[in-house]
This record gives sequence, C-alpha cells and structure tokens, in this order.
Amino acid sequence: MKSDRGDIELAGICKSFDGVTNVVDGVNLKIADGAYCCFIGPSGCGKTTILRMIAGHEDPSAGEIVIGGQNVVGLAPVQRRTAMMFQSYALFPHLTVRDNIAFALRVRGMSKADRLRAADAMIEKVRLTQFADRLPAQLSGGQQQRVALARAAITEPRVLLLDEPLSALDEQLRVQMRQELRRMQQELGITFIHVTHTQLEAIALADLVVVMEQGKIKQAGAARDVYAHPHDRYVAEFMGGQNVLSGRVEKVNGSTFTLAQAAPDGIEVPLQARSTVSVGDRIDIAVRRDDVALVRPGRELPPGCSTSLPSRVLAIEYQGYFVKVMLDTVPDDAFVAYVPEKTFFADPFTVGDVVMATWATGSALPLA
Amino acid sequence: MRRCQKIDFEAFADMQPSLSPAQTSPRANLAGWLYVSPLVLVLVPFFVAPILVVLAASFFATDGFGGLTPGFTLASYVEVLHSALTLKLYLATIKFTVLTWIFTLIIGFFVAYFLVFHVRNQLLAIGLFLLCTVPFWTSNIIRMISWIPLLGKEGLINQVLLGLGVIRQPLEVLLFSDLAVVIAYVHQLTIFMIVPIFNSMARIDKKLIEAAIDAGASRFDIMRLIVVPMSKSGIALGTIFVVSIVMGDFFVVKVMSGGGSASVVSAFYEDVGVLQYPTAAASAVLLTLVLVAIVSLILRTVDIRQEITR
Repeated sequence: MKSDRGDIELAGICKSFDGVTNVVDGVNLKIADGAYCCFIGPSGCGKTTILRMIAGHEDPSAGEIVIGGQNVVGLAPVQRRTAMMFQSYALFPHLTVRDNIAFALRVRGMSKADRLRAADAMIEKVRLTQFADRLPAQLSGGQQQRVALARAAITEPRVLLLDEPLSALDEQLRVQMRQELRRMQQELGITFIHVTHTQLEAIALADLVVVMEQGKIKQAGAARDVYAHPHDRYVAEFMGGQNVLSGRVEKVNGSTFTLAQAAPDGIEVPLQARSTVSVGDRIDIAVRRDDVALVRPGRELPPGCSTSLPSRVLAIEYQGYFVKVMLDTVPDDAFVAYVPEKTFFADPFTVGDVVMATWATGSALPLA
Repeated sequence: MRRCQKIDFEAFADMQPSLSPAQTSPRANLAGWLYVSPLVLVLVPFFVAPILVVLAASFFATDGFGGLTPGFTLASYVEVLHSALTLKLYLATIKFTVLTWIFTLIIGFFVAYFLVFHVRNQLLAIGLFLLCTVPFWTSNIIRMISWIPLLGKEGLINQVLLGLGVIRQPLEVLLFSDLAVVIAYVHQLTIFMIVPIFNSMARIDKKLIEAAIDAGASRFDIMRLIVVPMSKSGIALGTIFVVSIVMGDFFVVKVMSGGGSASVVSAFYEDVGVLQYPTAAASAVLLTLVLVAIVSLILRTVDIRQEITR
C-alpha cells in the first residue's frame, strides 16, 4: 500500500477452475512500472483470466502476484490499487456519466462536492463535458468507452487493467481510441495491462507484448521483437506477416545451413548464435511476407538472394499500398508475398502465372 | 389496462412513419385493431362491461328489498361518505396493506437477492424458485386453516412457549387477530413480490456488480446503489400486486381475524348480503378510484414501461 510503483511480477501463477485443467499454467512475467503491456492470444488462452487475477476478481490456484513489491494475492481490488475497465464497459445504466465516474469516490466516502469536482475534472480530461448528465444508453460506443476509462482512472490506480477495451467499436473508432488509450497512459504515467486478440492493436500500443497459448506464455518482448523475430511457429503464425516453411536440414556449412525443399538447391538459412542445428533435423523457418520478391522464371534474381522457389499465383488481393499475392510455394502452408504496389503494377502478374519466390538469404529466420 | 391497450396501438401506428398516412392509414388501422382484438374481446365483456354495470348501479335508487329503480341519485355516495364506518374501514384496510407490503417487500427482496446473486448454480436457482411456489399447490382456504395448528390456543407455538416456561397462559393474540391476518397475507402474497423482483434482478449484468467491487463498493453499497435502483420496476410491480390484492380482499380478514376485524370490501360484501346493491356499488366505485390513485402514484415514481423495455 505504501508503494506507488505499479511494477508487476507474476511468479508461477496457475489457475484451474475445475481442479483438472490449468487455464493459466505457470506464468512468469515481469512488467515494468509505467509500461504498456498487451496480452494477446486466441480466445480461451487464459489472457483474461490472468488480467482478472491481477485485478483481484479471481484468485490464482498457485503462485504469487507482486505489485510494487507486495504480494497482493487475497487482497481486494481497492487494496491492490488496481482498477479494471471491463469488456463492454459495464457502465451503471441507471447513473449519469458524472455519477458513473464519481462512483468509486462515492463508495470511498468522499463528500458530494469533492467527488463531483473530481469527476468533472476527469470528464474534461476525456472530453465528455457536454455529455456529463446523460445516461450511458444515450452515448455512442466511443463515448461509453471514454466513460469507462474515466471511471477506472479516477481512483488514481497504480495499475489499470483493460479487458478487450476496443472490441466493441468499429474499425475507424478503434484506431482513434487506440491513440487515446496511449495518450491517457502517458498522461497518467501508470502501468496499463491490456488484453486483446488483435495483433495490430497489440503491436501499435504495447511496450511489452505477451503472446499466449493454452495458458502459457509463448513469447514476451518488445513489439518489434515479437513481430520480426518470433521464437516459434505459433508466434510467427499468430502475429502474422510471416511465411513459415518447414524442412529437413541437408547440410550445415559455416554460418548457414541448407534446408531441403522444393527448390532445386534447397533453402539457404543463416545460423543464429543461439540455435544448434545438425543435419537431419526437421526445422521451421520464417520469412517475412514483405521480404519476399517475385521474379518471372528465367530472369536474374535480385542481389543477395540465393534461394528461389517456383510457385504458381493462386490469388491476388489489392490492399492499397501493397498487393497481397498468394502462392502455392509450399504444399501444406500458405505462402504469401506482400509486393509494394508500384513494383507490382510495373509488371503485374495474373492468377495462374508461374513466378519465382525469392528473398535475401539473411532475412530467413530459423524458428525453435 | 385499457390505457395500456391504447398506448400499444399508438406505438404501432408510430412504427410506420415512412408510409404516407393518406394511403396506408386505413390498412395500418385495421392491422392495429387486429393486433389488439384478442385483448379487446376479453377486456370488454369481462372488465369494461361489469365496471359500467357497477357504476350504473351506484347511481340507482333501491326499494330496500333488492329491487333497483333506474335513475340518477347520489344518495348512495352520500350515505357511504357520511358513514363514520367508511373511514374506519379504510384506515384498517390501509394498516393491513402497509404492514403486508412492508413484510412481503423485505422477504421478497431478500429471497430474490439470494436466488439471483448467491446461488451460483442456475439449475439450483430455478429449483429453489419453484420451491417458493409450493404453497400455491393447495387452495387459499387450506393454507389459512393450516395456520391454526401452529398459531392456535393449543397450537405449536403456545405449546412450546408454555413448555419452556416463557408464558403461563396461552397467547390469545396469535390466532384470530390482526397479527394472524397479516401473517396470512404475507404468507399468501410474498410470491407476488418475489417473482417481479427476481425478474428485474436477474436482468442485472453480473459485470456491473464486479465493476462496483472493483471501484471499492461494499456489499451494502452494491445493494443500495446498484441492486435496489435497478430492481425498482420489479419492486413497483410487486407493490401493485400486493396492494391491490390486500385492498380488494375480505376473506382473509374475515377468517383470520375470527370476525374481529373488517376491511372495506367486507363492508360492501355485507351490503350485498342485505340487498343494498347501490351502496355496495358506490363503495366499490370509491375503492376502485382509491386503487387507481395508488397505482398511478406508483407508476409516476417508477416508469415501468421504460424499465421493462430497457
């Protein structure tokens, strides 16, 4: 309680609702004070359960949750000095915007004049002054979201927990509110923990992205690390933007190894310092979709490219600043190239064309 | 009820703003009348007509032997309003109504609260809810009679108290008293509170409770600031049921007070017994007006229509 720091440490927390399966299975994580942390994963991966355990609405079956140096397991949300913003907001439908925002102060026994003054200041901060006397049902989705944010922030918590805060909004508003969340987080200077299943949301907002699957953390790191350097196939596929190929290691030669594939000479992959690869291993590699270049057969490969895979164009989607070209390069997995718009239309392909998919050798990434 | 019917019809007409009234109005009208026709067919013969008959009878003169002379006289109203008994009966009835309302509200609210917020298993909640209706598997009379072995002079309560030495003489006040009347009313009518309150509480999103806990609200705060305001429509509906039933009753009062107390209705029931139809009708019209006033007061405090469509 003495500490104002909102750094969080999860130490081996597990949660089981039925005593048999662990919804959250031994999660260890450190989140720095004032960080914006996004938990991301498919539904049912345990991310919301972790959030609810940090908030104090669920008790872990095992492990410790330390906030600001103090183990908070068993404490009420107020004692933890956390505040939660609920999915679909859970605004009190019978109270006005002002009373909703002042609610936490009211139950803390603050006098009416004081709490209304504090609420009005907060209402101004989220730019809802003209709506202060309305009921939640009379507000748009974005306005309701701001009320929910203000209601959570008014108690000056050291950690703010957001459960899929943007999922109820339409696409345009989501992008706009995303910036607003980040602005609020910087203004308040407190730790935000945000649960989402949208990759773009996570990497746009977070200092720390935590990718989860089936109750376990798959990878935690800075947005760029997780997106550009996924540890394994799951993270690469979940975060998107990567083509994942698998094959057997044919030979290891110094700083690179060769993966047997449909390509005449195999695929050459740089060795990573941490990984040990030996001949005969089955291994996955990732190649960023925007690193793939498409060349017509017989033409010269761009410099630095040693691998080229013959492919047929399956489908083409125009995406504005780039063109998404889907290929049958590998038998079982999707293989996609993001070709810059101008490059594509200089020599456009059509569905059914045969092309060579190629990339700079250094951009292939072996996965765990 | 006639008011509701009219409003629903208007609402239907309002739903068609884009159609030009000149062309579609007759058809929309017809469809509207078809929608309300089942209700009209029931309400007109069984509600409107009897009320009109009673209203007419209250203005007729009587020959004192049950014969009515059509005409218009306020004599019956003058008689009823001038009688000191009328005020006394209204006070007695209002006393029973208020006491019954308080106890059914408290019991009904907490039973509904328990079922909605404390029984985690929904199947169990429905089972317990059905258990509340068990007393209604038997008739009103049997339910009243069954209080006798408990409350009577030789009843269980007196036996126990005598056995424990708490009292030396059996308590007379337990049965055939105002206390017994209120007990019987509460027993019979609590379900009418439980059902509507349960209904409106069940529609409270559990996330709201969690949000209140997150904000630091105590259990009492949650009840006071969230649950009670959001159950208002259920409380109002239950109140209308209980108040109108108690104010319109004479049977429970008669049986459970052993004839010692009377209500407004028991007075005009006696009038009917001695063939004084016009005064009975005038009393009935007065009681209806009083009830309409009470119900509209309740509806004015709580906008039930809005709460239900929420």
